[in-house]
Amino acid sequence: MAKIKGAVVVNKERCKGCELCVVACPSQVLALQPTEVNDRGYHYAFMQNPDACIGCASCGLVCPDGCITVYKVKL
Amino acid sequence: MHMDINEIIKPENLVYTKPRLMNDNPMHYCPGCSHGVVHKLIAEVIDEMGIEEETIGIAPVGCAVFAYNYIDIDWIEAAHGRAPAIATAVKRLNPKKMVFTYQGDGDLAAIGTAETIHACNRGENIAIIFINNGIYGMTGGQMAPTTLEGMKTSTCPYGRNVALNGYPLRIAELVERVDGTCYVTRQSVHTPAAIRKAKKAIRLAFENSMAGKGTSMVEIVSTCNSGWKMSPVKANQWMEEHMFAKYPLGDLKNV
Ligand SMILES: Cc1ncc(C[n+]2csc(CCOP(=O)(O)OP(=O)(O)O)c2C)c(N)n1
Ligand code: SF4
Ligand code: SF4
Ligand code: SF4
Ligand SMILES: [Mg+2]
Repeated sequence: MAKIKGAVVVNKERCKGCELCVVACPSQVLALQPTEVNDRGYHYAFMQNPDACIGCASCGLVCPDGCITVYKVKL
Repeated sequence: MHMDINEIIKPENLVYTKPRLMNDNPMHYCPGCSHGVVHKLIAEVIDEMGIEEETIGIAPVGCAVFAYNYIDIDWIEAAHGRAPAIATAVKRLNPKKMVFTYQGDGDLAAIGTAETIHACNRGENIAIIFINNGIYGMTGGQMAPTTLEGMKTSTCPYGRNVALNGYPLRIAELVERVDGTCYVTRQSVHTPAAIRKAKKAIRLAFENSMAGKGTSMVEIVSTCNSGWKMSPVKANQWMEEHMFAKYPLGDLKNV
C-alpha cells in the first residue's frame, strides 16, 4: 500500500492563533507558538510534529483566515 | 518515516490553499470567527462554477459589512436588513447574473425580517447566505431574535427570558413554509466534514439562482466567540451542545 506524506505551510503573519487548526488535525501535527508572536501579536500555528502529517487538509479547511497551504505526496 | 519537507512542498503536490478569489487583505474578524470559513466557501464555489464575472453579492450591516474587501467579485453594500430588497432589484434587472445576499441574524432576522420573508415569498431568484450566530456580534454582543433561551448576552445578562423576550426565532422553518423558496437548508462549519457539506449547499443555492428556480436559503449555524465570551475552540463545542438542539442541521426543503 502506498504511504502518504503531507506538509503544511502556515502564513504566519496572517494567522490569528485561533487554535482551530490545532484541534482539527487528526495527527497532532500542529501547535501554537508558545512564546513567539507575529507582527500583530498572535501566537501563530506551526508544525510541531511534521513527520506525522498526512496531508489531509483538515487544518486548511477549518482555518477561517485561509492561512494554511497543504501539500501531499504518495510514496 | 522522515522525509525532507522541501521534497513535499512543491506546486505539483498542492492539495489545499486559500481560495483564488479571496484576496490578501487581512480580514478584520476576530480570531476563529465562522464568517471567515463561510467567506472561503463562497469564494471557492464561485471560482469552481466559473461565475466570477456573473456574480453580484449583497453585503449586510453587521460584522460582515466589509465582505466586499475580501472576496474579489462585484458587491453592493445594503442598508441594515435590506439586502434581499437590493438583491431583488439587481436580479430582476440582470436575470443572467448570480445574485446572493450575505446576512447575519440581526440583519436578516431582526431589522430585515420583512425583506427576508417577502423576498422568499415572491420567489426571487436569489441565494441568501444566513450567518446565525445567535447574537449581534458587531455592536457588542446584544440579544438577537435568534438568541437561545437562557443564553447570556450584554442586553440579557441573566439569560434570555422567553416570558419577556419571546422565543428564539427559527427563520429556516419559517421560509421553508412560503411557496417561493426552492431550497432551504441549515448547515455549519465547525468540522472539516460540516464544511464540505456547507460548500455543497452553497453551490446548490448558487446554481438555483442561475437557473431561476426561486429563492434559496443556506443558514449557517455559526459561532461568535467574542460575543459569547469563549475561546474559538470552546465556542464550537458550545454550539454543538446548545445551538444544534434548537437549530438542527440538514435540508428543510429541496424542490
Ligand atoms: C438602521 C440601523 N440600525 C441599527 C444599526 C446598528 N447595528 C449594526 S450591526 C447590528 C447587528 C448585527 O448583528 P448580525 O446581523 O447578527 O451580524 P453579526 O455581527 O453577528 O455577524 C446593528 C443592530 C445600524 N447599523 N443600522
Ligand atoms: S494536513 Fe492534516 S495531518 Fe497535516 S497538519 Fe493539516 S490536519 Fe494535520
Ligand atoms: S486556524 Fe488559521 S488562524 Fe487559526 S491558528 Fe490555525 S492557521 Fe492560525
Ligand atoms: S464579534 Fe463575533 S461575529 Fe463579529 S468578528 Fe468577532 S467573533 Fe465574528
Ligand atoms: Mg449575528
